[in-house]
This record gives sequence, C-alpha cells and structure tokens, in this order.
Amino acid sequence: MSVPVELRYTEEHEWVAIDGDTASVGITDYAAQSLGDVVYVSLPAVGTAVSAGEPCGEVESTKSVSDLYSPVDGEVSEVNDELDDDPGLVNAEPYGAGWMFRVRVAAGSDGEAALPPGLLSAAEYEELTKSAG
Amino acid sequence: MRAVHERLGATMTEFAGWLMPLRYGSETAEHNAVRSAAALFDLSHMGEIAVTGPGAGEALDYAVCGQPSALAPGRARYTMLCAPDGGVLDDLVIYRQAADRFLVVANAANTAVVLTELRARCPGAAVQDETAATALVAIQGPNASRILSRVTDLPLDGVRYYAGAYSQVAGCPAWIARTGYTGEDGFEIFCAPEDAERVWTALSDAAPGPGGAGLPAAGLAARDTLRLEAGMPLYGNELGLDVTPYEAGLGRVVRLDKPGDFVGRAALAARAADGPRRTLIGLVARSRRVPRHGYAVLSLPAGAQVGAVTSGAPSPTLGVPIAMAYVEAGSAGPYGIDVRGKTEPADVTELPFYDRSKQG
Repeated sequence: MSVPVELRYTEEHEWVAIDGDTASVGITDYAAQSLGDVVYVSLPAVGTAVSAGEPCGEVESTKSVSDLYSPVDGEVSEVNDELDDDPGLVNAEPYGAGWMFRVRVAAGSDGEAALPPGLLSAAEYEELTKSAG
Repeated sequence: MRAVHERLGATMTEFAGWLMPLRYGSETAEHNAVRSAAALFDLSHMGEIAVTGPGAGEALDYAVCGQPSALAPGRARYTMLCAPDGGVLDDLVIYRQAADRFLVVANAANTAVVLTELRARCPGAAVQDETAATALVAIQGPNASRILSRVTDLPLDGVRYYAGAYSQVAGCPAWIARTGYTGEDGFEIFCAPEDAERVWTALSDAAPGPGGAGLPAAGLAARDTLRLEAGMPLYGNELGLDVTPYEAGLGRVVRLDKPGDFVGRAALAARAADGPRRTLIGLVARSRRVPRHGYAVLSLPAGAQVGAVTSGAPSPTLGVPIAMAYVEAGSAGPYGIDVRGKTEPADVTELPFYDRSKQG
C-alpha cells in the first residue's frame, strides 16, 4: 500500500496535493483497496464552493458507497472527467490518473493558500491506517 | 486453505464464523472470468448435513417443502426448510448420493438451525453434521467442464445439471456435482478438508494462464454479483422468516401435491390460495447511483413507499446498477428508488438479469 510522502491526507482517506493556490484531491490507495472496484464517482460541479470536512461527492464501489469529503475550503476549478468513462482509474492509479477534483484555495493573510488545520502528513496517515487494522 | 488464499493475496472477511476470501484482486475481473472462462471458489463455509438410513427420503419429505424421496440417486434439487408458519428457515440443495444417503447443503449462517430442525423433524433417519469434515471447491464458468475433465476420470458429459457422482479429483475422493450459484455451467466438488489444497491446485494448474498464473480464484464479492445477475435469492436478503417461498417467486419448490404432511404445509397451502402479500421484482437503475439493500422503493410519480431493495449492486455484465426488491402485491410501476435522499428512477425487468442460455 502506497502513501506518497509529498502529499497531505485527511482522516477520511483523501489525499491533497498543493500547487500554488490549487489543491488536487483524490482518495488514497488504502481507501481504494478497502472499497474494492470503484464503479462510479459523483463529483462536485466546477464552480461549486466546498468546505473542508464537508461531503461534496460520492464514491460507489461494488460493495458500498462512501461520501467524498473536501479536504480544503475553496471553489472547485476542475474535475477529472476521465473517471466518468473509467472509474477503475481510482483503483489503478489513486494518486495519478485517478485524481478526482481540484480546488482553488482562498489565500490566507500571508498570501499563501490557506490550508485547514488537521491535515495529516504521510507518516501520520500511515499510522492512522495501521491503527484501523 | 487459508495459506493458499493468503498466497493469492486475498482480502479475507469474517463470515458466519468462517474467515473467507472476499476478493483476491479486482472482484469485477473475478466476476468476468466466471462469465467468460472459469474461476475457482473456496466455499468450505457452507454447511453439509448427511441424512441417512432406509427412512431418510420419507423423513426429509416431512422436513422440507420438496420431495427428496422422489429424487433418483445421483440427482439434486433446490428446496427450502420452512417454519410451521411458512417462513423460510433456509434454502438448501439436497443431493441424493445413494439410495439411503442424502447430503443437505445449508448456508453457513443457518447450519446450526438446519441441523437442529432436521434432527427434530427426521426421527426415522440418522442426521449428522459433516461440515467440519467437508471442504467445498467450486469451478464455475463456461470452461469449467473442459478444465475439470483434465483432472478427473468422471465422464462429465454424463453429469447433467443438478446431478452428481462419486469420483476422484487429482486422485482425491470427491462428490462432484454440476451445481452452482453463479448462473454459469460449473461444478461443486465436495472433498475432505485435507485434500482441498490438492484439488484446488490441480484445477488451478489445469488451466495455465499468462505469466504462469493458474485458473483465477474468485471470492465472495464476485459470488454475490454473479448470483444477483442470475436472479438467485440470498438468505437474509430475499429469503427469511418473514417471507414464504411464494413471495420470493419460488412457489414451485413447495410440493403441496406430495403425499403426507410436512412442516409448514397448512400455512403454505393457505398462502398458495391467497396469493403472496409481496412480490419480488427485478429493477434496472437508470442512474449510475447504486440501489443497496434496504433502500426504499417508491411508486412514481406520487412517491409513496411500496417496498424495499433486498439486494443491489453494479452489474459487471450489464454495466448498470441492478437490484431485486420486494414490492406490495398489486403495486404497479413506474418505480423509483430512494438512493440516500434522492429518487432515482428504475425500470422493472424480468428476472433473471442474466441468462446464459440467451447469450449469443
């Protein structure tokens, strides 16, 4: 199971990659493996305002459905349309072609993208998945 | 067998006290392997109960809805064990392995109940739980016969659907039956637990795949989508104490015409005369959001709840979500399904969703 060190994570098993004011979001390898084959991903429309920790979509797999949470506050700037035709990308490349959506994150007082507190490092996330068994 | 599954990278799941493989890799690939070629299942969690003795057939006729005494040796029948009020205690496959020996295969979660009931209902026969002494390996799919024929001397062309015979697989004694729970041709091989790995490996090696891989293994997740596409009921979903076989559309298993009394007869005869209170229907979703067990079925356009989904899943073969649901007798479509607060329209379709005899 892979947990890339350069990413940040949530307790709901999303990953976040920050590039300037844009956060790319997907679900982790651990989440994808736990869900089984992903068959449908319902994503927020471009332009939707999302809030950290709030559900903004759904991930359907053979056995279950899970809410997709936004890890950050901001506005959806792009969604991965490829997943509509090939939701299996989430299982095959959860950190690559299986990415889900991008959010333009509002800048904080320091001019940098304002990230909510509580995002996990790779080490912290790995610890979380181990304790979950 | 646990070591075999772990070597294959299985995700294991606790099921009715057994640790069973849920999937090995992609459950969709496992499902498709069964539909297009063949795959192996370890079903050792299933309960096996032997009912033996000169009076075994007649004893079972009183115990279950069907008429096992009418089975010729070597034949099998799908039947049900009902409560006195007609509710379903379990659905069973009964094999007549010899004139005075019947093998009753029960669901893992119900084996103890079936054993207790059979002991109480069959005083004229010996009832023995053979679950722990029996492993069950299934090979299912259109290539199953060809692959199995490489490791057994039993002429499989002579084994009809719902028939079985004693023989050997890879030199191990086995009861080989042409039965399954996938909607495909296939065989279920009952053998001693200590022989299971040898049987499994021989079958796997008999169908070499690319890169040295053998016959693919399939887990309980694929088994569930396969049986759902085939419109086969699952105890706990479509079947339970609160339904009779008639509600499930399986009234044909109740042999009201057989001689003598049987448990549930009066209640089932009344149900047959009055008609079922609920009807099991097949639904194909128009949305990609999947109807799941327990979701409300609504009558459209008014939106009143008229039933509930019993099983639902994305169908790998059809590429759309499918569901079985109970609706009130006399209710009419169009139907919608309340998928977490949003009504998704769904079309009624005849069961099964998938019928191999109708495939090109």
